[in-house]
Amino acid sequence: MENIQQQFVEIFGAEWGSMLFSLATNMTFIFAIVIPLLLGVAYLTFAERKIIAYMQIRVGPNRVTFFGIPWLRGWGQPIADAVKAIMKEIVIPTGANKFLFILAPVLTIMPALAAWAVIPFSPELVLADINAGLLYILAMTSMGIYGIIIAGWASNSKYAFLGAMRSAAQVVSYELAMGFALVCVLMMSQSLNLGDIVHGQQGGSFLNWYLIPLFPMFLVYLISGVAETNRAPFDVAEGESEIVAGFHVDYSGMAFTVFFLAEYSNMILVATLTSIMFLGGWLPPVDMAPFTLVPGIVWLLLKIAFILFFFLWFRATFPRYRYDQIMRLGWKIFIPITLIWIVLLGSIMQLPESIRNIFPLNIWF
Amino acid sequence: MDRIKKFFSTFLLFELLKGMAVTGRYLFKPKITVHFPEEKTPQSPRFRGLHALRRYPNGEERCIACKLCEAVCPAMAITIDSEQRADGTRRTTRYDIDLSKCIFCGFCEESCPVDSIVETRILEYHGEKRGDLIYTKEMLLAIGDRYEEQIAKDREADARYR
Repeated sequence: MENIQQQFVEIFGAEWGSMLFSLATNMTFIFAIVIPLLLGVAYLTFAERKIIAYMQIRVGPNRVTFFGIPWLRGWGQPIADAVKAIMKEIVIPTGANKFLFILAPVLTIMPALAAWAVIPFSPELVLADINAGLLYILAMTSMGIYGIIIAGWASNSKYAFLGAMRSAAQVVSYELAMGFALVCVLMMSQSLNLGDIVHGQQGGSFLNWYLIPLFPMFLVYLISGVAETNRAPFDVAEGESEIVAGFHVDYSGMAFTVFFLAEYSNMILVATLTSIMFLGGWLPPVDMAPFTLVPGIVWLLLKIAFILFFFLWFRATFPRYRYDQIMRLGWKIFIPITLIWIVLLGSIMQLPESIRNIFPLNIWF
Repeated sequence: MDRIKKFFSTFLLFELLKGMAVTGRYLFKPKITVHFPEEKTPQSPRFRGLHALRRYPNGEERCIACKLCEAVCPAMAITIDSEQRADGTRRTTRYDIDLSKCIFCGFCEESCPVDSIVETRILEYHGEKRGDLIYTKEMLLAIGDRYEEQIAKDREADARYR
């Protein structure tokens, strides 16, 4: 690294050299995050189709291979889908607002990818180790809704507009419960930095993870995360059986695929945040020899895969919520639960040392 | 007491977990999918697929151009022209079936007094351009010649019920 920086300085001069060097390193990191992420999205769609098919006693995609290798049957499917999507025409409806129509998918995918900047993959592997990481994540995930609303508006279609309105109301209500659940994590870790949150869960085994003291918050966060990403059973925004496809009815080809990519990368993002904040991020489940030998990033990926499997499992199991039930769940159940838990947690944390020692609370607080 | 029980079972997501247990169990069940080109579902001898025109064992075509099939066809998919042949018998000069109109009801087969027009078990055929699905007399006779063995066996199996 030092040598390369030296070379940059020699070629471009002291000021420009260091600036270009940091630009180049950041670009490299961005590509190193985004390209595996997009591949992950592609294969998440494949995993989804396979897992849901298996739960419905079907076999799912099993034809497209690479170079005719028989044991890879089905694995070429996401690539084939991507190629098909790129080939297709992007139809812009006559009544649509052309500028906003094109802008909407960009606005959806941009925050979905930008949020990954602060995710710590291991103690050292993080693009931007900023102190307000959690706030940044909340800001970015809330931005995604603009894309959906603009898509619904620009399409100039009743169905698209209905889908957008539903999605907006839903995301806004679940953002609150999600935020409050994260406040509990903040109270435990005393930090907004995602790396510090993981470090706060260190200490021997999975018993130290925030999953256990904050179990109700974990559930609230997970369910809100499903609602936030507009996934089944909270997929009224898409609602293919009632409002055909919601906000992206009029999108086709690559423009539609961008929405699709954004939805799935948001899913992976929520799974990642859940594993960072409740399942100890890169920490191994037990701090002992066979587990600590595995690199931290592998543990993080395993936890992400585990949560993502639950997302797919939910989709295969639950019927879609009615719209008023979604609102009731968000406002009348999740927000009271989270508020009560915040107060409870605060009072436990403020207990004098002597009382806290009676209960084995000291490994968490 | 019941209300308390209900409260806790709602809050602990008990019913949702039960639902997930069902789908989780099905994840490992054997799959019932038939892998189509490699595996096929069994067919009845009465299967109504692609049409064929049959011949007698001596090579003479069965069809006597009575036009009963043309008359009975509810989709009006059959077109027949006929003429007297040199030996004095009446034969078709044209026997077209428009398979894009055909509804595979089997009435033609049922109405035929000489078992000439039949429906075979073939279901994997296609047309790539307009007009490909209009089958002419020559094509139908060729199908009949090719699959005569199977056709005869199917008629035999079903003969008791006709």
